[in-house]
Amino acid sequence: MQLHDWWFVVIAVLWTGYFFLEGFDFGVGVLTKTLARDRRERRVLINTIGPVWDGNEVWLLSAGGAMFAAFPDWYATLFSGFYLPLLVILVCLIVRGVAFEYRGKRDDARWQTRWEHAVFWCSLLPAFLWGVAFANIVRGVPIDAHREYAGGLLGLLNPYALLGGVVTLSLFVLHGAVFVGLKTVGEVRLRARRAAYAAGVVAVPAALGFLGWTQAQRGDAGTLITAAVAAVALVAALGCVRAGREGWAFVFSGVVIVASVATLFLALFPDVMPSTLNASWSLTVGNAASSAYTLKVMTWVGVVMVPLVVAYQGWTYWVFRRRIGVRHIPA
Amino acid sequence: MQLAAAAADHIRLAASSGQLDLARWQFGITTVYHYFFVPLTIGLAGLVAVLQTAWVRTNKPVYLKATKFWGKLFLINIAMGVVTGIVQEFQFGMNWSAYSRFVGDVFGAPLAMEALLAFFFESTFVGLWIFGWDKLPKRLHLACIWLVFIGTMLSAYFILAANSFMQHPVGYAIDHATGRARLTSITEVLFQETAVTVAFHTLTACFLTGAAFMMGISAYHLARKRHVAVMRTSLRLSLVVAVIFGIGTAVSGDSLGKVMFRQQPMKMASAEALWETQCPAPFSVFAYGNVAKGHNSVELSVPGVLSFLSDSDFSSCVPGINETNHAEQQKFGPGDYKPNIPVAFWGFRLMIGFGMVSLAIGAVGLWLTRKRFWLSERLRAQRGDPDAVPLLALTKDRALGERLSPWFWRISLLTMLLPLFANSFGWIFTETGRQPWVVYGLFRTEDAVSPGVSFGEVLTSLVVLTALYGILAVIEVRLLIKYAKAGPPELSERDLHPPTRIGGPPSLPGPRAGGGDADRDEDRDDEDADRPLAIAY
Repeated sequence: MQLHDWWFVVIAVLWTGYFFLEGFDFGVGVLTKTLARDRRERRVLINTIGPVWDGNEVWLLSAGGAMFAAFPDWYATLFSGFYLPLLVILVCLIVRGVAFEYRGKRDDARWQTRWEHAVFWCSLLPAFLWGVAFANIVRGVPIDAHREYAGGLLGLLNPYALLGGVVTLSLFVLHGAVFVGLKTVGEVRLRARRAAYAAGVVAVPAALGFLGWTQAQRGDAGTLITAAVAAVALVAALGCVRAGREGWAFVFSGVVIVASVATLFLALFPDVMPSTLNASWSLTVGNAASSAYTLKVMTWVGVVMVPLVVAYQGWTYWVFRRRIGVRHIPA
Repeated sequence: MQLAAAAADHIRLAASSGQLDLARWQFGITTVYHYFFVPLTIGLAGLVAVLQTAWVRTNKPVYLKATKFWGKLFLINIAMGVVTGIVQEFQFGMNWSAYSRFVGDVFGAPLAMEALLAFFFESTFVGLWIFGWDKLPKRLHLACIWLVFIGTMLSAYFILAANSFMQHPVGYAIDHATGRARLTSITEVLFQETAVTVAFHTLTACFLTGAAFMMGISAYHLARKRHVAVMRTSLRLSLVVAVIFGIGTAVSGDSLGKVMFRQQPMKMASAEALWETQCPAPFSVFAYGNVAKGHNSVELSVPGVLSFLSDSDFSSCVPGINETNHAEQQKFGPGDYKPNIPVAFWGFRLMIGFGMVSLAIGAVGLWLTRKRFWLSERLRAQRGDPDAVPLLALTKDRALGERLSPWFWRISLLTMLLPLFANSFGWIFTETGRQPWVVYGLFRTEDAVSPGVSFGEVLTSLVVLTALYGILAVIEVRLLIKYAKAGPPELSERDLHPPTRIGGPPSLPGPRAGGGDADRDEDRDDEDADRPLAIAY
């Protein structure tokens, strides 16, 4: 295994970390409108992720930064090619971050309602668009001989990619609902269970269809295993929700996300962005990577920092482990 | 037919140069905007950490009140700094893909390090700090704000090292096969003279910015005789910090100037609108010139000073714009290597002007609030009242009069804006002064833009981001004003008695306190389960 293969794994791990963590943040954001019935309940939901959402979002910045350092061509082609969807994601992440921080800063119902709308839409749209983006990466997009994206915006909105968007959105809502079940008490906790089912009704067919489609297009033995793990874990997660095993349900909904992202990255390898115009124009781990020296430097940074980050972020979750409910929300 | 083809070519060319301009405007707008929040965040993080340390060490509630008050303003700011930072990281790929490909091997590394070392630190520990007031023991909670502060400074360092590579590329080689820059030494990139000097200059300016902010708001309250205890402490702290780091900014700025005279003579000649080489060279206070003809029509200058600034010798030569342009043509081929000279000239002057005025006001303030008088009972307007606003001491026996005192407060309030202007002009100067290069001497800005991105796409993102940033600016400033005016919060018993172990009950005084017996502690935890959150979104 060469250094650039290992860095492909690191990038995959960072994106997986991002989708695992911000996955439930996005889900919780969507549930503020669909599960919570009043402002107090919405605040319960927002406060389940209050101390951690910012740290979770940094996984995206790390994934982006690591792509820039380890695969500059991947970074350049991806972000210039998927320009407008990425712009929407950026706008959403900006508004959503500000919404969490500023919503409670005024005692004004209209002000708070506006920010709550922002939390909902700016969680829903990125949750959908990340799926669209990754499905397109795996499916392949028109990349020309100069490694520039040559398709339009509409080229990104093909059925496979849209299905990918439905998968990430529904899985994140499921993951978020399971997380809410784990972090709250009272009626919200009970309703989170029903929300998880509802998300499951969409997630199961969408994810199975998408994973099957991926397997048929670019699959091999490896992706078959991870896709199967994802499918089994999805069913298991819903089973655990039914049995009231909230901890296990969260473990399984996490496994679904990890295994699904793994399936996509395995299906991609050794390409990082396949070209639909000419296979020899595809970006691969070999031709898009940085020099061996840069990769070596970054490996040292990664080896030291990633476990440290996981340790202190994990500690944060432990500090804020207590469940919360409406009675914990100060007036 | 040929005419139509030529016209189409012309339109394509116009659109692509239009796309370049728009991409540059977007980078300028998003970066200057982002940089309103960054220095305030770094400066306030440090000041809040100092105040909280004072609270932990002395147990005086005034320091806790100050920590909570400035902490809230700090949080309103950091939120904007964080979210606008996301755009900064991704727009290299979006608008500048050719640049990203060319320098990714070198430039990506410090960016990735920034995320892994600094962003995680900041964001995780700021979450713990916001919500940890009633969850963490005092010292651990204090450690969180210090870690946030360290994170913000690390973040600044990495991005400045990356920027220094653009100003003065080192530690790379051009790969023969790809024609791109390839990293050869990460230590050179991270620790080259330019990076260290610019970090010193930028960080001192950040502390000056934070201090001026604190000074202005403290002055606002003191002028109205409100929250005197907290604001008096804050004012003194901010004045001391403003003077120390104001001097630091000036000293480091002088070193940075000398580095730049060596590394980018064109930038510095433009900063002075020095058209012809002069020995010795004068420092230009004011100039109005004709850029096309290459001379100044009106100029006011001090002889010899520029020579001194460039290398500490009043008689040495400083190369002028025309000669430097000629030298660069010899080196890099035909072309125009002049940046936008009026922008460089005025950017440089306004940076220095706003920065030095803030320092001067800080120094005057420090003198007027000399400790002996500022804290002495004898000189208070109302004797015997510890909460009265002390008099501003003009001399040992004379106070600043009724007429002048309000003016001091007014000027202090306005001073909070000055470092923000200085910072912006400084960046506008240093980034436009490097043009036409994006990486000095290596890669031109016009070659850096994304070839696959259309004029319409860049226009869309420019309009959307500018509009969004405009709206958010209004919201942010209004919130800052609201919370700045509201003053420090009242403290509750719970604020004053944080838990002694992680997630434990508050260490409230009372019959059950200090029992230390584990069963009792557990009981209290159960009772505690219904306790509302001290801090919630």
